[in-house]
Amino acid sequence: MLKTAKLTPEAIRDTQAYQQLGLTADEYHLICEQVLHRLPNYTEVGLFSGMWSEHCSYKNSKPVLKKFWTQGDHVLAGPGEGAGIIDIGDGQAVVFKAESHNHPSAVEPYEGAATGVGGIIRDIFSMGAKPVALLDSLRFGEPTDSATTYLISQVVAGIGGYGNCIGIPTIGGDMAFDACYQKNPLVNAMCIGLLNHSDMQKGQATGVGNQIIYVGAKTGRDGINGASFASAEFNDAKETQRSAVQVGDPFMEKLLMDACLEVIHEHHASLVGIQDMGAAGLVSSSAEMASKAGSGLKLNLDLVPQREADMTAFELMLSESQERMLLCIKQGSAAEIREVFDKYGLDAVVIGEVIPGHQYQLVHHGVMEADVPVDALATQAPVYQREKRRPQRLDQQSATQFVPAITDVTATLKQLLQQPTIASKRSLFETYDSQVQTNTVVRPGSDAGVIRIRQTDKALAMTTDVNGRYLHLNPRVGGEMAVAEAARNIVASGGLPLGITDCLNFGNPEKPEQFYDLDEAAQGISRACQLFNTPVISGNVSLNNESNGEPIYPTPMIGMVGLIKHLRDVTTQDFKQAGDKVYVVGATHADFNGSECQKMLTGQVSGNLFDFDLATEHHHQKLVLEAIQAGLVASAHDVSEGGLITTIAESCFGGDLGVALTSQLPAVQFFAETQSRFVVSVEPEHQAAFEALMQETVTYLGVTTVADRLWVKTADQTFDLPVSEAKKLWEGALPCLLK
Amino acid sequence: MKFAIPVFPGSNCDYDLLNALRDCLHTPADLVPATTTDLSGYDAVILPGGFSYGDYLRSGAIARFAPVMTAVKEFANAGKPVMGICNGFQILTEAGLLPGALQANESSKFICQVSPLHVSNTQTRFTTAYARHQDIKLPIAHGEGNYYCDAATLAELKAHNQIVFEYVDNPNGSVANIAGIVNRRGNVLGMMPHPERAVETILGSVDGLGIFDSLLMNHVQGDAHVENR
Repeated sequence: MLKTAKLTPEAIRDTQAYQQLGLTADEYHLICEQVLHRLPNYTEVGLFSGMWSEHCSYKNSKPVLKKFWTQGDHVLAGPGEGAGIIDIGDGQAVVFKAESHNHPSAVEPYEGAATGVGGIIRDIFSMGAKPVALLDSLRFGEPTDSATTYLISQVVAGIGGYGNCIGIPTIGGDMAFDACYQKNPLVNAMCIGLLNHSDMQKGQATGVGNQIIYVGAKTGRDGINGASFASAEFNDAKETQRSAVQVGDPFMEKLLMDACLEVIHEHHASLVGIQDMGAAGLVSSSAEMASKAGSGLKLNLDLVPQREADMTAFELMLSESQERMLLCIKQGSAAEIREVFDKYGLDAVVIGEVIPGHQYQLVHHGVMEADVPVDALATQAPVYQREKRRPQRLDQQSATQFVPAITDVTATLKQLLQQPTIASKRSLFETYDSQVQTNTVVRPGSDAGVIRIRQTDKALAMTTDVNGRYLHLNPRVGGEMAVAEAARNIVASGGLPLGITDCLNFGNPEKPEQFYDLDEAAQGISRACQLFNTPVISGNVSLNNESNGEPIYPTPMIGMVGLIKHLRDVTTQDFKQAGDKVYVVGATHADFNGSECQKMLTGQVSGNLFDFDLATEHHHQKLVLEAIQAGLVASAHDVSEGGLITTIAESCFGGDLGVALTSQLPAVQFFAETQSRFVVSVEPEHQAAFEALMQETVTYLGVTTVADRLWVKTADQTFDLPVSEAKKLWEGALPCLLK
Repeated sequence: MKFAIPVFPGSNCDYDLLNALRDCLHTPADLVPATTTDLSGYDAVILPGGFSYGDYLRSGAIARFAPVMTAVKEFANAGKPVMGICNGFQILTEAGLLPGALQANESSKFICQVSPLHVSNTQTRFTTAYARHQDIKLPIAHGEGNYYCDAATLAELKAHNQIVFEYVDNPNGSVANIAGIVNRRGNVLGMMPHPERAVETILGSVDGLGIFDSLLMNHVQGDAHVENR
């Protein structure tokens, strides 16, 4: 990169060096002819390559994102800011966002995952909120080869290493395994913050003469042009991309977070705006702050705190060194702000100011290194309406449902419980501190993580979900199901779904069949969000998740937060005591295409996705929440991967209770993955009231027992095994694979 | 009884401890910065959990040089109660206020779980509220909680009844299942489990209350009678 920095504007044009940086020929010519009316120099080309990357500009996904339902009278801030904000009453709001760090994690799993966590935390506290919880949604290849198990252990270690140190509990998430993620793992981190309305911040730089302050870690050569790197497709030559991965320092971030929150809380009057330096580092934070406010900006790069010698303007602007923030403060308040950061031992340096007009100017060693219209960088990247074509795979599918032929359902259950996607993730999430801050009411392992809100009777439930296999078979309905499952998890925990964030993990949008997946999934998500009244308040897009031309399953991760109105409503998935009545909410059908059972028995995920009705889903969720709020429910567990029998088994494991159940269903249907279902247990004294409320939506199955026996008699076969044996298989599978 | 909670850069259980003391035990407590040199006016000091100075060199190794540690040593030498939880325990061993050291867990992984413990000594000023040989459950959350000391030190600890908490199913490889010890004099306690995370039913356990209750009770009754036996 240093070598090319000497390139003249003409040489950049002639050698097409801009392509190396991620700009297309069309984009380059657009900059020359429409934006600057001259040839850009190397630094300017760098600025545009970062700002016009998919990661920063959403140039490929904007037309899709526009379709999202973002309304709702409880939304205080939607997409566009660092994170979305939802009102939860009492002058408080919840702030949340998720972000992908897929490409960095594939190349350098520990630091890639760690800095993913660090980045999303900065997005939350830059809004003025105190981060109170983290979740992680992970997808890996089959954990059967050493490269994948290494990746898993390092990603998990990176997440823990960052979150544990900074002191934010990791209280949930989800993890699944499929071969399509082998070379392209997904690492999506979500952070949730609590905010008092009066502390709400905006990332803006207004007021001519106001000062731009750089705070936090010094800038080095790590992660240079990472946004462009993350927006490109992988190939086997990726080893050369390691320098585009950043290195995290959670200790530094803790100091930075505490200092920034102190400025927000106690020096409110001096603070104009604050923004995280994330993707495309200094250029994106500063250009976005100025553009949002309609301001011009001038920075003196000599003043930027630097970790390495002789850094070029290009490097300084595009570095993605971690743990840095940019503040805009009132003229004359630098000393006051610096005093706060001094206390934490952090750099806080005035590096520029808001200027009249709309130009973005960079001076380095006395030379004007860049002078470009700020909006051209921040908001005027070309937007591509990509071609959309229905993928062949969808038309070549069997229209009938796979029906497993199983002679010994108990043996099949044992096998199923050991599938990596189904098996207990305890050995992994136990390496995350889930209790720091002492608000965690429901720890990882139930449908949703729950934290209480101090000084109130309320709590927040949170979850991440998506089943890429369903989207592979039907992107639109799979998108609906992802939102539905997230909402089911919130409801089963006693919460009212409030809103979602997402990470749209897809393949190359320039390929029409993959753009189809993205567009269809977004429409499914949007439709479900509208029905559940859970607007999309923030999110992130990760495209080009392909390796050597093979895309991942379409995997739009849904992160949902719900409000539990009273602590007494907090509900977990574990059966609570022997003698409770066990019900299944919702009907079960022979729905097997895309199921864990199909994958396990056939090695494939294929056929048309089974039917799904959002209205039924919503109806069931409303009823279950009503039953919980009426105090009728002892436990509730969403039925998802692995079907009814897996759900029942998991509910037995927590309290080490048995069940004696009887059903008219054929045994194989206990593996079906029909949506809109819950397994619920009810104390005998509430049986009548519960049945009166739920009416025909529930089917009585039987009772919980003290016996160490999972016994379910069906229309044809009987599941019968000790709970302890089932639990041992379920808990032992992943540690054994990852050993 | 007034508590001081020294806060090092990187401490992250400081507020948890403050909330436990103020909200659940209704006793006054202050966060004091690591630059504090004067702890007069306080009746007890508790070093909180976290990653002081990032724990980059070795857990607690940098924190022991913080100015407040000189004051903590004086405080302990005066016989007043000092306690370290998790990173606080690591700091106390690094500072020489407690014997032994905390190594990386045997699994080399961070472990966060609720751990069954045996209260082995209910005669210290930190544990009189527990029943003799009571079994309790407290959360643990650490990557370096594997207590180590040599055989001679272990013999000393045993001889003077300094082992206060033992793990029931040793999660980290600690010598003699040690989860918490006191100094010979009995006024300095270090423990890896987090009692401040177990003071409210809603959080899943109130087994941690015994430690704070013991401190409060023994302070009211005069500390002298519970010098370690």
